Amino acid sequence: MSEAAVATSAGGQPTVSKISEAVIRIAGNSQDGIQAIGGFMARLAGRSEQEVMTFMTIPSTISGGPSIFQVRIGSGEVLSPGDEADMLLAFYDHSYLAHLSSLKKGGIVLYDSDHLKPEAIPAENLAKYRHIGVPISSLTIEAIGGSGRDKGKNVYALGLLARMFDLNVEKLHRLLQERFTGKDPKIAETALNAFNAGYHYTLATATELFQFQPGENVGLSQVVMSGNEALAYGLIAAGVRFGAGYPITPWSDIMELLRRELPKYGGQFQQCEDELASVSMALGASWGGRVAVTGSSGPGIALKTEAIGWAVMAEMPLIVVDVQRGGPSTGMPTNIEQSDLNIAVFGGHGDCPRVVIAPASVEDCFYSAIEAVNIARKYSTPVILLTDQGIATRIEAFKEPDLRKVVQDISPDYTAVTEHKPYDLSAPDGITRHLAPGTRVASGKYPVVTGLEHDELGHPTGSPKVHLQMTAKRRNKLKKLATELPAPVVYGPPEGQVLLVSWGSAQGPVQEAVKVARAAGQAVSGLHIKYISPLPNDLDKIFEAFNHVLVVELNDEGLNGVGQFGGLLRARYADKKIRGITKSDGLTWKIREILDRIAAMTA
Amino acid sequence: MSEMAFPFAVLPRGANTNATPVAPLTEADRKPLTKKEVSADHPTWCPGCGDFSVLALYFKLIEKRRMFHEKITTVAGIGCSSRFPYFVQAHGAHFIHGRALPFASGVALSRPDLHVFVFGGDGDAFSIGGNHFTHTARKNVKLTYVVMDNNVYGLTKSQTSPTSPIGFKSKTDVWGAKDRPVNPIKQAICAGATFVARTTSTNPNHVLAMMEQAMDHDGFAFIQVLSECTEFYAGAFDHANPRKGGTFAEVPKEHDVTDEYASYRLAEDLSPGKFGVFYKTQRPTKNANEWQIIADHQAKTVGLEPWQILKKNFDRMK
Repeated sequence: MSEAAVATSAGGQPTVSKISEAVIRIAGNSQDGIQAIGGFMARLAGRSEQEVMTFMTIPSTISGGPSIFQVRIGSGEVLSPGDEADMLLAFYDHSYLAHLSSLKKGGIVLYDSDHLKPEAIPAENLAKYRHIGVPISSLTIEAIGGSGRDKGKNVYALGLLARMFDLNVEKLHRLLQERFTGKDPKIAETALNAFNAGYHYTLATATELFQFQPGENVGLSQVVMSGNEALAYGLIAAGVRFGAGYPITPWSDIMELLRRELPKYGGQFQQCEDELASVSMALGASWGGRVAVTGSSGPGIALKTEAIGWAVMAEMPLIVVDVQRGGPSTGMPTNIEQSDLNIAVFGGHGDCPRVVIAPASVEDCFYSAIEAVNIARKYSTPVILLTDQGIATRIEAFKEPDLRKVVQDISPDYTAVTEHKPYDLSAPDGITRHLAPGTRVASGKYPVVTGLEHDELGHPTGSPKVHLQMTAKRRNKLKKLATELPAPVVYGPPEGQVLLVSWGSAQGPVQEAVKVARAAGQAVSGLHIKYISPLPNDLDKIFEAFNHVLVVELNDEGLNGVGQFGGLLRARYADKKIRGITKSDGLTWKIREILDRIAAMTA
Repeated sequence: MSEMAFPFAVLPRGANTNATPVAPLTEADRKPLTKKEVSADHPTWCPGCGDFSVLALYFKLIEKRRMFHEKITTVAGIGCSSRFPYFVQAHGAHFIHGRALPFASGVALSRPDLHVFVFGGDGDAFSIGGNHFTHTARKNVKLTYVVMDNNVYGLTKSQTSPTSPIGFKSKTDVWGAKDRPVNPIKQAICAGATFVARTTSTNPNHVLAMMEQAMDHDGFAFIQVLSECTEFYAGAFDHANPRKGGTFAEVPKEHDVTDEYASYRLAEDLSPGKFGVFYKTQRPTKNANEWQIIADHQAKTVGLEPWQILKKNFDRMK
């Protein structure tokens, strides 16, 4: 908790410290509604023109199981969920035991003394952290009645936090009302009662209260949402009106949202019998004239790869969302990992070039979805949007997009044409264009879309010459795309000792690591690469100015010792100074971990 | 972050950028399409293959029903019969093995102005694509599915198919097939198909009649067409061909096609079995249900541009 100034210390009253940011970890069980508390705080931060980033874990089992929600709120730039928590709100003894180590020395533990008995806390812990016990469960029952099935204690705890951090009560009241409106009016009333009871509870043992400095994003209208939501809304903004999928964590939120929202726009999302059907149905709709979406997480992407190969061969636009999770196989369904890069870039048989884009943040999910659609349309290609469990579930505040400007119309055009060859080898731009069925071709010669090697009209051919030409055509159009990609910009000076390369959700932690390292006098810079396939050209020119190029990614170093993206960069540039900073513990990067690895690798 | 490298301007609306647009064809200019106009590549099938008959009758159907050339939409998966789209001079898609139905469903659901015909074989329908057959039937997606059943894998040169009878000798069952074959008619009825018919390529008029009824059916229409593989299972359907000493027995006139159990019982013996419509019922189609959902939702957003609808959501996330 970066403290700016200690403001007041009136007699008997707790002091009030001004802080620029705080990391609060809320630990309990999955059914306690702790995601809701974190969500309220994140929304509040967004409305208070502050930056916010959250991090959550949920158990992969259906009922119960430990769960956490970490929220980092700051007046300045927030790049990562935070290494160490300033405060731990623990609902149970197991939450206390499991998460105490995430608390920084001198941090505050706010715990439910109905579950964790004060006498059970070891003296050494009392010396190291500040403990505040509140009988949250029984006070919640006292406030709102009921049998005490732990309902409402999340909102009670939110009240406690609101008092402790001097949060805007009026705005929180409004958020609570919005959240519970539409249900039984009593429920909203009960929630407000629980909140107020928590807020007015005298934190007798608290010697210090906190107040956030005003946010820097003054005047910005911010929206607060998760990465999965941003991606789904981005697809809608892009004009996607058809999707098909099969449920799998953590992709399911996207399909649920699209199923719910698309009909308002005249669109539809189909839940299919399996992953194979969903990618096939999306391809059918794409051929129908309008680029469609399918998506999944690791195991489902593996099942879709044959059809993605068809999309490459037939040159059919398609958006495939891969919300990565821990693998291989069923792996760690609710943990973060960036280990699907290889399947995204290379998955499938045959020479199968495709586009892979990895959004870096929640906001980037929204815009990347639109870009993906436009690339798929322009280059007539499948585009894989590679996000991960971390971005998918975390909540961020970002500047509200100018929807009037970005929402686009890509409705199909069935205007009749004189003649048409989809796989025209002499097309000036070298790119395939499809006619949707229903489009009249006056010459009477109609195209076929196919997975067989084909001639310019899509009819099968075994000609060695045509296979060479068509393979080159599919490759060259994406090489052309590579020339149009914006050159990535070095974060920090463009030369130095160490260049940290990131992709996807590693961007924030890497930039924060660069800041910390530079503050300590180290010549460390960062390079974030969003377009994974094709890669932008001339990365080697950036690499030249550094002694070490360390690729930071959440996957195993693998048999080749450099991680998946590191492997891709090595294959492209054959440069031994490209090495990997990898890990696969299922958790996000801590800044300290990155800095330690730099030190070890450059010693 | 909010500056996109690939905004909408990278490609304006409309896909036909390589082509010159022409004026729409007036109704008066439309004539029935001849076989010459709608045939494309010469079929890759072996001489005598039953599939020739089905293709010829598809052409006949196109001509008889005066289909608009640009609206003819032919989809197939993988197999000998699935080569169909290359032989039809019309918009066509040759998809991957077993997934023709979900692909076609994507077209049918997103394009209510088209009627999609799906052609395939027994391997595509009942083996690798078995799951899709079940679910497309139960969802009652409006399309016509014609399965040319030859009881053998022909394209890969004589392996056992899901409809190969017990005892059939193939390269993968040299001692004779042991697994109980799929009964396509029963399978379709159980899965929830709303139109289930059976015909044989050796009776052209009957094939055409079944195709016409299937096309007119508002729902998932399935036709099993016995189609002999002269190369790897010659004589498989002689018992259904009067010219080869067999019998072509139509579904009895008194059969109630809406009686699911009676239809199921009628399909008990398919050697050679009966021919005609076994089962036909009306149930809301997936297509109609989806468009109803869309209509209900759009009634609430009348007069709003897409960006305004999205803005409402974003306003709630502030």
